[in-house]
Amino acid sequence: MTPIPDRSGAEARADVPAQVPAPEQTPALEARDLSVVYPGSRGRGPARAVDGVNLRIGKGEIVALIGESGCGKSTLARALVGLVRPTGGQVLSQGRPLDYSAKALKQYRRHTQLVLQDPGGALNPKQNVYDAVALGPRLHRLTEGLPERVHGALARAGLRPPEAFVGRYPHELSGGQQQRAVIAGVLALDPMVMVADEPVASLDASVRGEILKLILHLRDELGLSALVVSHDLGLAWNIADRVAVMYLGRVVEQGTVEEVLLHPKHPYTQALLSVIPNGAEDWRPTLLTGEPPDPTAIPAGCRFHPRCGRWAAASEADRAAAACDRRELPVLTPDGARAACHLLEPNTLLPETV
Amino acid sequence: MSAAQTATEPVHAEAPAAAPVPPRFAAARRFARAFRGRPAGVAGLSILLLFTLLALLAPAFIGPDQLDVTKVNGPLLAAPSGSYPLGTDQAGRSVLLLLIWGSRESLEIGVLATVLTVVFGSAIGIVAGHFGGFVGRALMHVTDWFIALPSLPLAISLAAVLGQGSASITIAIAVTSWTATARLVRAQTLAVEARPFVERARALGAGNWQIMLRQVLPNVMPLILVSSTLTVAGSLLSEATLTFLGLGSPTDVTWGEMIHDAFFGGAFTADAWWYLLPPGLAILAVVLGFTLTGRAVEHVLDPRMENK
Repeated sequence: MTPIPDRSGAEARADVPAQVPAPEQTPALEARDLSVVYPGSRGRGPARAVDGVNLRIGKGEIVALIGESGCGKSTLARALVGLVRPTGGQVLSQGRPLDYSAKALKQYRRHTQLVLQDPGGALNPKQNVYDAVALGPRLHRLTEGLPERVHGALARAGLRPPEAFVGRYPHELSGGQQQRAVIAGVLALDPMVMVADEPVASLDASVRGEILKLILHLRDELGLSALVVSHDLGLAWNIADRVAVMYLGRVVEQGTVEEVLLHPKHPYTQALLSVIPNGAEDWRPTLLTGEPPDPTAIPAGCRFHPRCGRWAAASEADRAAAACDRRELPVLTPDGARAACHLLEPNTLLPETV
Repeated sequence: MSAAQTATEPVHAEAPAAAPVPPRFAAARRFARAFRGRPAGVAGLSILLLFTLLALLAPAFIGPDQLDVTKVNGPLLAAPSGSYPLGTDQAGRSVLLLLIWGSRESLEIGVLATVLTVVFGSAIGIVAGHFGGFVGRALMHVTDWFIALPSLPLAISLAAVLGQGSASITIAIAVTSWTATARLVRAQTLAVEARPFVERARALGAGNWQIMLRQVLPNVMPLILVSSTLTVAGSLLSEATLTFLGLGSPTDVTWGEMIHDAFFGGAFTADAWWYLLPPGLAILAVVLGFTLTGRAVEHVLDPRMENK
């Protein structure tokens, strides 16, 4: 995990909010009350992988979606690019609801792209780099000047010189080169929106930095909007304008990077942040206990309460008043509250850990 | 290439004027090189080439006169000699010439039945594996019916309907053997479809047919190739079986027909081994050739087999 820089860096980072677009602008991509339920199998109930998510990605904005494994963030990413059909709610692209007819989806995929986590598996072993990158343009009949387009995309993705790579097969590339080839395949279509599912999880630190720099560069140069799905808070800090934290199918905290990562409000976010070594003498990580979340058996009330340190430490009176184990939480909306937690009222707030 | 290296290199915003496209068929050339490294495969392929060449050139040196029972004038059921290297049959024809001529029809039936089997079986398998759901289940049910079809009674009924001869035998073989290919290809399709590159293609905008033809088929092709070489061998044996049982046309010359004629023409009682053995050995050689080639192809296409 990339360590989070100290706070002096934070102040420098905080004075560039000009890049964050005004909220009234039409968002590039939006999820509205989105839910995806997978039917149950072998005696288990249906899995509510995504269970009421509101998320907004403005034009030219990079949003990081943070959460642990199995919280539904990959399913949300797939639903946003139309690979998974939501069972409830809507995906809106440029303000218009997504049309799931084959023709409309193909049109949608001309401009909205997905980058997968496993670059080795994401490349067809029978195709060389040229064909892998040319796949998108060929599908969309952009065959005029195809070699130049492919070489340009490869160069932009950092595979230079392109002619050294076009004839290679995926197994002849390193992991970082494979991920660059995948990203080049996306760039060849000049996308407006990119959804990246753990784009750098399998890469080493130097390559990771380059890929992230590439995403930032594309935002600045082309106005690319991006949703970056990750479990890495350092990554969010480095590239994102806004952060959404997901737990068991719902967004539990959202806000700008500075708000969420420096002043987290939700106990889950606080626990995630507390495990990052900060060099302080009194560094005490909050380790989450209890069972890892299971989307087939979502707890009643606040879905985080069985593992919540704040709930465990609350007094009897606070518990009775908050009733986290019975009272449902409202679903967060982009313009609404920052965190979904019954124990947020000032008098019940525990001292913040960061 | 290391990260440091890329960083120091100048960034070309535009691609070079002539952007080279990688050569086509590079994979085929690599395949040929690897195949040459497998002597058993080369031997198998040589056998096949030899028989194919003989079959193709046969009309150049065998005329209808030498195969017509009314026009030949050789000794009846004579043992191998200088003028008849493999002896003669009960009508006085040269067994060697019969053997060469018979390879034409035998190979034709075998290859044609295989092409039908492989094309049909692969198409059904890929479609069933790709679509799953109702379509996939329906197709697999149909496949199950065909698996239950007994090949021999089917061939006999087909011969009764279509008349004896190579057409009904070819159809009978294809109808009963495509199911194995379909099931094999469907299983492999399911495995390929689960891999992320199919999802990537879909996310880039590929439709069902593009995924089946461009993503799944190239990855299923090695399996289809290997299975088809083994299917040819099976088809040749089926052809011999069916014609031996008398389902072939008596006017045709095939290896199965030769064994049939030898058996019913009294070659056993006359101790005429030269009439019975050659077609049997020819079938054995060609089946072996296909099997060896198929095994070698399998090894070359899947390097992981090396350790097994």
